[in-house]
Amino acid sequence: MDIEQLEIRQHMAQFAPFEYLGDELLDQVATRVEISYYQAGTDILTLDQDVNELCYVRSGAVEVSRRSGQLFDRLVEGDIFGYSDIMRNRRVRFPVRAIEDTLIYFVPAELFDSLRANNDDFADFVETGGDRLKATIDQQRNDNQMSSTRVRRLIRRKPTMVDIQTPVGQVARLMRENNVTCVLVLSEEGEGANGPRHFTTQEGQVRRLAGLLTDRDCCVRALAENLSGDTPVGEVMSTSLMTAQSDASIYEAMMTMLNHNIQHLPILYRRRPIGVLQLSDVMRYETRSSLYLVSSIFTQSGLAGLVRLSGDVPLAFARLVDEGADAQMIGRTMATICRSFIRKLLELGEAELGPPPIPYCFMVLGSCARDEQTVLADQDHAMVLDDSFVPEEHDEYFQSLARFVSDGLAACSYPLCKGDVMATNQRWRQPLSVWQGYFRDWIENPDPEALLHSAIFFDLGYVHGELNMIEKLQALICELAPQNPFFLAAMARNALNRTPPLGLFRTFILEKDGQHNDAIDLKRRGTAPLVDLVRVHALACGSGSHNTIDRLKDIAETRLLPEGVNDRLRYAFEFISMVRIRHQSLAIESNESPDNRLRPDNVESHERHNLKDAFEVLSHAQKFLKFRYHAPSRKERRR
Amino acid sequence: MIQQWRQRLQKHIRRWQWHRRSRLVSEWPAYLADRQSNTRDDRLARYFGAGTMDAQTPISEVPLVALDIETTGLDPARDSIVSIGVQPFTLGRIRVADSRYWTVKPRRALSGRSVVYHRLTHSDLAEAPSFDEIIGEVLEQLAGRLVVVHYTRIEREFLDAAARHYLKESLLFPLIDTMAIEAYQHRRLPWFQRLIGRRPVSLRLHPSRERYNLPPYQAHHALVDALATAELLQAQIARHYEPDTPVGVLWE
Repeated sequence: MDIEQLEIRQHMAQFAPFEYLGDELLDQVATRVEISYYQAGTDILTLDQDVNELCYVRSGAVEVSRRSGQLFDRLVEGDIFGYSDIMRNRRVRFPVRAIEDTLIYFVPAELFDSLRANNDDFADFVETGGDRLKATIDQQRNDNQMSSTRVRRLIRRKPTMVDIQTPVGQVARLMRENNVTCVLVLSEEGEGANGPRHFTTQEGQVRRLAGLLTDRDCCVRALAENLSGDTPVGEVMSTSLMTAQSDASIYEAMMTMLNHNIQHLPILYRRRPIGVLQLSDVMRYETRSSLYLVSSIFTQSGLAGLVRLSGDVPLAFARLVDEGADAQMIGRTMATICRSFIRKLLELGEAELGPPPIPYCFMVLGSCARDEQTVLADQDHAMVLDDSFVPEEHDEYFQSLARFVSDGLAACSYPLCKGDVMATNQRWRQPLSVWQGYFRDWIENPDPEALLHSAIFFDLGYVHGELNMIEKLQALICELAPQNPFFLAAMARNALNRTPPLGLFRTFILEKDGQHNDAIDLKRRGTAPLVDLVRVHALACGSGSHNTIDRLKDIAETRLLPEGVNDRLRYAFEFISMVRIRHQSLAIESNESPDNRLRPDNVESHERHNLKDAFEVLSHAQKFLKFRYHAPSRKERRR
Repeated sequence: MIQQWRQRLQKHIRRWQWHRRSRLVSEWPAYLADRQSNTRDDRLARYFGAGTMDAQTPISEVPLVALDIETTGLDPARDSIVSIGVQPFTLGRIRVADSRYWTVKPRRALSGRSVVYHRLTHSDLAEAPSFDEIIGEVLEQLAGRLVVVHYTRIEREFLDAAARHYLKESLLFPLIDTMAIEAYQHRRLPWFQRLIGRRPVSLRLHPSRERYNLPPYQAHHALVDALATAELLQAQIARHYEPDTPVGVLWE
């Protein structure tokens, strides 16, 4: 192959769908390309002209318009057009014009047809109206084993199941015979095959999954309590039961176990238990440092040990990036690590100060609650107390506990929150009824200025204590938010404060960073506005999720967003998050302090285009947000 | 709007200026016909016999061929050609499949410095055919097409010198020089440009391409540069001329 063709080949090989092609097909493309130059403002394809070639933008930019002349799409380096018309009737349906000086490569139609016939990925891409950002994200996901392998691969044997009336001694002998550390406990009572946790056994009987008994339960709840071996297993089993579906990823299952601090997780196929996953199974499958980190957090006996462990957090982060984890996994792992630190600190605090005088719930806010944490996270948390709270009697305890946690976190390199959103602040250490009042006030009397500071409270996650308190708050938000257009409008207005760094014609707008280098702030101008935007939609549809991707899934079930927008937002979010994460991990590996400021010249050209695509998705979505949640005018209000 | 009018006006002025000049070089067809009847080499006879187009032919109808040669140095008397790349094209299309490339055994041994420059090793070139063996094929590619180069002097003088050495005859033909077009755009009235504080722009192939938003290519390979030159001419015509600009205005 001649060197000029190599030059062409190299370029095309970076971009979908050509990147899917094998060497031989790619060679064919590179040797048969034709080239033409178009000055800005000239037509490349005109309406209804014959088209016999796929067009590939080698440099410059073009605009695709609808028959009506309305702008349909803007394409840049590495994008293709004209191919959908080849597949239809070889007449141009969407005219194309150069908006910058542009060099186009043409691939003849018969070669295009043979590429489709010989490569399925190529065919999929062009036939589904391929999306470059989507292709990149999917590629990343497939590269990672943990997130793509289903949990059922780790299930090696059927679960041991016993009836709820079985004496616990007999269960213990069964565990010894079967050599298992855990049995599932079934009951017959219930509301038929469709009740919660009901399933039909292989013998055709309807049973309910009532609970589970581990060898530790035998020890702690039966032997230590001096119960006889005749006690029915139903009286000693644990009933708070977490389960996972067999097609969940190993990673999801692992996170469920770590977040609830459990060792055994029943795996269900539809509703029927098909096995029990143990944390040690996962450990054997993947010995990753973040997992060890979490489990060793819980085995520490004092603050000094936690501080020592916290030094490993950035390394665990960098290793996750190396292993090809996606932004979701990394965000969730970092959040889990942070929650584990808090939980352990609360345990240590309670050990030091004595048991809490009244029930309470400790919650995290912001990125940790959304499971989207990176290495640069402030601590944002708050406390909800039982309504029996009497400040004079109880507050000293909770203040000391909050101080203990927040100082401990600071020692573990989670800096104090600059906005003082911490449980140490008396305002954010209040009984449930006061919290409910806060949310009512924010939602029913929205003031954009005030909401700017309280938006963080709409991402709240449980860490420790009474789960139901936080559930009540979440239920309140889900109930009130969708009914209050003024609240949504105020949130939408705030979500538009930060715009993506794109100028006219897709140029990056750069800002000076601390060292006076031109840079893009990936958080302030990328992930944060996206999170804000998705939060507004999620609140509008009463979604109880906090993770941005989960929220998008909830939104997808409504008709809130136009078709396709949801997916594009997801890809954009994952892509920008990933660029940000990689940027930080590079800094960690070269012993610099990680930040959010990316210099565009440090980005490869095809990645730069993906980044522009992602920012453009954000920009379009912001326009839609503005139009969707504009505050009703006074006239409408009166009606 | 005003910008558009200004551009259009400038185009017309330029056309008129070139028209005056083109009268000087419209004798190319006659020169080629004369050479055809007098040459002793049948390869040259075939090339000259294909002739060239009338000076009034619109550029969009002219078959073109971009030519680039790499040499051991800059002096046609002492240095020699080491590789030749040609890329036939038209104003509308460049077909990559039509390109051709030859390495050539130099008349004298290579100096170390230029070897690095062209990424060609001594052994590559020691086994290469001599200019005499390939000039027939090269001329076949050029026949009937108008040659486009970036910087006339190198291509014209080296080809002429090589032809004089091997064929004992001169080899001259009409050329479009993309560098001259670039110079005309950017280096008019140099004292005036200096006066208004403009720094002279680079006229080399790759900086010139940048001004038209053309992508960077790996430089110093005859075939890549031929392709780069072909794209540059398409860009220059699109920006500064019209598809119906007479070819006589452009060649030299």
